[in-house]
Amino acid sequence: MRSRLESDRGIHAEQIAFGAETLDRRLGGGLVRAALHEIYGDTADEASAGGFALLLAWRARKAKPIFWVREEKADRLGGKPYGHGLAGLGIDPNALLLVNAPDSIAALRAGADISRCSAVGAVIIEPFGKAPVLDLTASRRLALAAGQNEVMTLLLRTGVEPMPSAAHTRWQVASAPSTPLPANAPGIPAFDVTLLRHRGGIAGIEARLEWNRDRQSFDQAPLSGGVPAVAIGGTSQAVERRAA
Amino acid sequence: MRLAAPDTRALQLGLMPGLSLADARARVPELAAIDHDPAGDLALLEWLADGCERYTPMAATDPPQGLILDITGCAHRFPNGETGLASDLARRLERLGLTARLARASTPDAALALAEFGGNEVKALPVAALRVEAETHLALRRAGLKTIGDLATRPRAPLAARFGEALPTLLARLLDEEDTRITPRRAEPAIWTEARFAEPLARSEQAIEVISGLAREAAEAMSRRDVGGRRFEASLFRTDGHVARLAIDTGLPTRDVAMLARLFNERIESLADPLDPGFGYDMVRLAVPLTETLAPEQLQLEGRSMAEVEVAGLIDRLSTRLGKCRIQQLQPNDNHIPEQAAFTLPAQGKPAHIEWPKPEEGDPPLRPLQLFDPPQPITVIAEIPDGPPRRFQWQRASHLIVLYEGPERIAPEWWRRKDGHMAGKGGLTRDYYRVEDAGGRRFWIFRHGLYGTEKASPDWYLHGLFA
Repeated sequence: MRSRLESDRGIHAEQIAFGAETLDRRLGGGLVRAALHEIYGDTADEASAGGFALLLAWRARKAKPIFWVREEKADRLGGKPYGHGLAGLGIDPNALLLVNAPDSIAALRAGADISRCSAVGAVIIEPFGKAPVLDLTASRRLALAAGQNEVMTLLLRTGVEPMPSAAHTRWQVASAPSTPLPANAPGIPAFDVTLLRHRGGIAGIEARLEWNRDRQSFDQAPLSGGVPAVAIGGTSQAVERRAA
Repeated sequence: MRLAAPDTRALQLGLMPGLSLADARARVPELAAIDHDPAGDLALLEWLADGCERYTPMAATDPPQGLILDITGCAHRFPNGETGLASDLARRLERLGLTARLARASTPDAALALAEFGGNEVKALPVAALRVEAETHLALRRAGLKTIGDLATRPRAPLAARFGEALPTLLARLLDEEDTRITPRRAEPAIWTEARFAEPLARSEQAIEVISGLAREAAEAMSRRDVGGRRFEASLFRTDGHVARLAIDTGLPTRDVAMLARLFNERIESLADPLDPGFGYDMVRLAVPLTETLAPEQLQLEGRSMAEVEVAGLIDRLSTRLGKCRIQQLQPNDNHIPEQAAFTLPAQGKPAHIEWPKPEEGDPPLRPLQLFDPPQPITVIAEIPDGPPRRFQWQRASHLIVLYEGPERIAPEWWRRKDGHMAGKGGLTRDYYRVEDAGGRRFWIFRHGLYGTEKASPDWYLHGLFA
């Protein structure tokens, strides 16, 4: 599988690191920039999954604008993006453009057009619910466009089961308890991320990440007890062999 | 009920407008009477005016029955000049089953008067051709002045004194001593170009190709003037007089023909009803109503990079397809009420670049990523009068609060309310809390109203969700 990856993109395809050393090492650098990645979350974790996608896009954008394509149904049920909240995460809202699509077909079409514009840094496509129009063929087209135009394309889906797709990686993201600040106040954003699929064959990554706004990167969250921050399936050598 | 518009046959039988229907039926029992529809008549008149735009952009209606076209400089395309244009118009109107009286003159007043009263000579027109009140007409006739010619030779000042101030001006306009511009239904565009077809285009795709060709011509015209277009309107004229219009807007001034073609395609695809060529389009016009300077150097001087132009083009395409208001940018507002502290604006309008307030270093996010509009009602268990929330219920799910920060007190804008300075009339204070539940999810909730002093039993709301 890895050799196919190499022939598709070359060994040195640009990768976007999370900033958390162990996780980035496990991934072989980070997430491939010119690719389609999927982020799944439960309905209750919609804001966390959305925040995670935004932060990835923010790290990947290289001073170019980011687009976030949502369906208008999502606004009514989950709330609208709030500029001061974005600023609180260290994202400049002036670099973000929102597309409020009337339905999932329009959302997918807009997302595809955006991913074909190389002047765009990253695009988050957030269809609402099952969105049957988003089938394997559609995701292949998105993956192809992302690869050709170097636009990191993130497909964000909440409240649905993962479906077959041509994405390079697939993640499950949930809200994680934060490290409390003095006086028992909620701390900086924390996420529990699980790698569900990876085209390069990497598997079994679970991590708890915190977002450090001042350094604009993710950190491994300190955990209580002896549990490693990045859980891996099998020994580290086994992972290396599988990836080779 | 009275007769408003008897047809030729009815007029010949002596049925004049104003006659009561009962009397008319008494004279002509087999009279067919249809309800007068002034609104429908006006709509037809306006539709005809639109169709007349094929001759000139300066077309106006003169209700209830008049159309006035300024054909200055527009008749050169016709073999017989203005006569040819007039007969083309007469032919089309006849094909539509309409009877029309056409007249040509140097001023709009004279042309309308000649069309209404007939003849070629303004001086032979009756004084009724002047658009003044009926009493003035009566006064003129009593004074022995029956035709315009009678008035023409007289000194104007005494006429004004005796018959009203407006009379000399109207007279001058009839006699070609003064001119006035008509107010066309649509503003004359800065740049326009058109193509006519002896054999009408039967398919919409052909019309679209023609629009691309016209866009090229328009781009050359714009380039000569160092301008770019911000708004483009294509008019497709059908042989039966119907006009289909397609309009697109761009965020930046442009002369890019390929992009314009793409935008017009988006516009056509987004039409609710598809284009219907009918019996064919025999003319296509492309107008550029709104232009802005676009010198070649300007692109570099203003620091506008190719990437910016590319993104602007993408925004134009999406805005044309989905509507301007669906492609949005966020902008801060100087207001401490959370839902009024930020706006969404159409991205195509290029909203002013305003810096967002930067948060303090080391602070966690103090505002949620997503905001509910309106805030969602929740039930909260908290100690009265102002204890922090311990547990809350939202949409049938219960949340135990493990970490919290607050209250952050946001006072109402009492100065905006009537009698807001008086106690109890200023509005309700909000005490906001940043909370985290046992599952690690973070919420922004507030108590609406201070316990006791403002409200006996304050409600609680969920205003937003943090990442």
